[in-house]
Amino acid sequence: MSDTNTTPVAFVRDAMLPEQAAPITAAGPLAWIKKNLFDGWFNSILTIVAIYFIYLIVSGAFPWFYNGVWTTDSLAECREILQGKTGGCFSVLTERWPQLLFGFKYPSEEYWRPTIAFFALFVAVAPVLFNKLPRKLLIVTAIFPFAAFWLIWGGSILVPIMVAVGLIVGYVVFTRLVYQSSAMGMIGGLVATVAVWMLSGYITDPLSGFLALEPVPSRDMGGFMLNFILGVTCVSLSLPLGILLALGRQSDMLIIKWICVVFIEFIRGVPLITLLFVANVVLGYFLPPGTNFDLILRVIIMITMFSAAYIAEVVRGGLAALPKGQAEAAGSLGLDYAQSMRLIILPQALKISIPGIVNVAVGLFKDTVLVSVISMFDLVGMIRGPILASTEWNGVYWELWLAAVLFFFPICYGISQYSQWLERQLATGHR
Amino acid sequence: MKKSVFFGAMTVAALAAGAAAAGTLDDVKARGKLNCGVTTGLVGFAAPDANGEWQGFDVGVCRAVAAAVLGDPSAVEFVPTTGKTRFTALASGEIDMLARNTTWTFSRDVDLKFEFVGVNYYDGQGFMVPKALGVSSAKELDGATVCIQTGTTTELNLADYFRTNNISYEPVPIETNAEAQPLYLEGACDVYTTDASGLAATRAAFENPGDHVVLPEIISKEPLGPLVRHGDSEWGDVVRWSLNALIAAEELGVTSANIGEMSMAAGDNPEINRLLGTEGTLGEMLGLSADWAKNAIMAGGNYGEIFEKNIGENTPIGLGRGLNAQWTDGGLLYVPPFR
Repeated sequence: MSDTNTTPVAFVRDAMLPEQAAPITAAGPLAWIKKNLFDGWFNSILTIVAIYFIYLIVSGAFPWFYNGVWTTDSLAECREILQGKTGGCFSVLTERWPQLLFGFKYPSEEYWRPTIAFFALFVAVAPVLFNKLPRKLLIVTAIFPFAAFWLIWGGSILVPIMVAVGLIVGYVVFTRLVYQSSAMGMIGGLVATVAVWMLSGYITDPLSGFLALEPVPSRDMGGFMLNFILGVTCVSLSLPLGILLALGRQSDMLIIKWICVVFIEFIRGVPLITLLFVANVVLGYFLPPGTNFDLILRVIIMITMFSAAYIAEVVRGGLAALPKGQAEAAGSLGLDYAQSMRLIILPQALKISIPGIVNVAVGLFKDTVLVSVISMFDLVGMIRGPILASTEWNGVYWELWLAAVLFFFPICYGISQYSQWLERQLATGHR
Repeated sequence: MKKSVFFGAMTVAALAAGAAAAGTLDDVKARGKLNCGVTTGLVGFAAPDANGEWQGFDVGVCRAVAAAVLGDPSAVEFVPTTGKTRFTALASGEIDMLARNTTWTFSRDVDLKFEFVGVNYYDGQGFMVPKALGVSSAKELDGATVCIQTGTTTELNLADYFRTNNISYEPVPIETNAEAQPLYLEGACDVYTTDASGLAATRAAFENPGDHVVLPEIISKEPLGPLVRHGDSEWGDVVRWSLNALIAAEELGVTSANIGEMSMAAGDNPEINRLLGTEGTLGEMLGLSADWAKNAIMAGGNYGEIFEKNIGENTPIGLGRGLNAQWTDGGLLYVPPFR
């Protein structure tokens, strides 16, 4: 070591300078604004134009909300209060709020029933959506459809119980027979279920008052409740049906394959609104007089078929994306068809299909408003029909349609956010 | 049995739907409810109020028939129908009668196999334009865009009228009256055309009704009335004479206020006596009770009372009686005698 450096040198600094904040033009809000909003003359102009438009929208909409009237009984009174000022007449929402939610014929003293069903729905779907929750909650999921039916439609609790018993008996028979052959298991299960349902008529008919809630007929359902019933039921029914159709379309069994192909192609080739008209009007001609085939049930069947066909194609896309080696590997492990599907193929195929399935589900939920054209009073039907046609509220548009938007948006957005979260959760593959 | 479990609870009220073709009167009596087809909503004519009770001029007819047949004006199941579903609903037996401001036309009566039992409102198609357009006659509307409801007679009338006058127009099809209002106000169409009653109701709901004028031309006859299926004349008679009873009651000065007193005992006027069942057997001939007409009138008052309550000059709709006055007042309401 040389000693040339041992003597202190005057111009060498021996202490660190304190850190200084970055110059105002390189960091902080001003820099952000400079970089993102006023970077060059072209961006500056765009920013100024955009700000101007935002100003126009806000200054136009703000008084409309701010001066909004919430407590009058008719549009004429609203106008009287506003005296020509800009302002929304939101009283239509407060006055007709129960009608927007439940339709105009659901008995008002029974509103608590669909409300409970609505909140129970979140408990019931939670374990399906989030697999970190305790598995025991799945019991709630299994009970929910029957409980919700009982709550919303009323009548004796025995009816949904017997339907459930029929399904359980069918399942038990299926598990007993499935070891002999899967076809026998399915047929046996089906026969047992139907038999229980037929026999249960002898129990439910005389005991129709047992634990009965006041029955509410289907045609009294309405409002957002109807959209929700249709949306939830049809999505949850069409998903399994769609998967079956997709598998059936890939099947080697010729008849099954062609049934599925014809079903999918036919349903996809017909507009939903046509199917709804068939459900509403045409079936009335075909069924013998005196037949009563519940309208909501007809609509549920039609919408379910419709979305099942779309989901089938989405799932088929997922199946096609899997390398053939996956199925061969499953076969070489000695798994049979059902096992390889359940353990190897479908988990991967469904993961790929999530965006498509969610797309169909969101679309389906929004399509439920189409039932308003067959004179069912869902949310849109209520607005277009009874509310806008009442003498008091004839002429209120923006407020009502804005409310409809606010009903649908959070739910559709929520579904979409959930699916993105789920994709991240399942992102285990190589990208 | 299977059905009783599977669909049972869902279909309690739908049980009644799908009545057989013949013997509608017996079906209604057995069911204890009248299935009456109405519109999904038309201001003043039929719409449910905040409590879910149907109100309106057409609804009044349904209630009167229900009261005449079943003695209870609330024994009605209102089945909302759109312009497109109304006729299938009636033909398939889902409803017993249709009171949905439906125009009585030849083809509907003959070809579609329905029976119009009378007219409860004489309407006619008119035009509404903004004052700023400076138009004073429909003949000046050459090249105008016109908002028009599809599936209605107004659509056909419009085509006929413009063809006859050799002028052109551009139709903007819409589904309901409610849809037409914002379109018209935003200027999507220059002209809105529908029945004059609908125009009046629409205009009354505008923020500045004075900015819009209804043109003087009425280009069509629109006799609106209740209808039933062909081939069941007994039921047709019941509906026809229930409506006639309302009109006759006004002519004879029977109102919901004095009917209790008048129907207590036979009075001086034999026609009132026959109408209210204190004399003669008119009710029996129809297969109804003797006080059928009294019940029908008590359901909502006589024709004039129903008119005033729902669409008359003191309501926001503010329609004058015009053609719908009694024949004695220069209108067209003229019912055959109750004899």
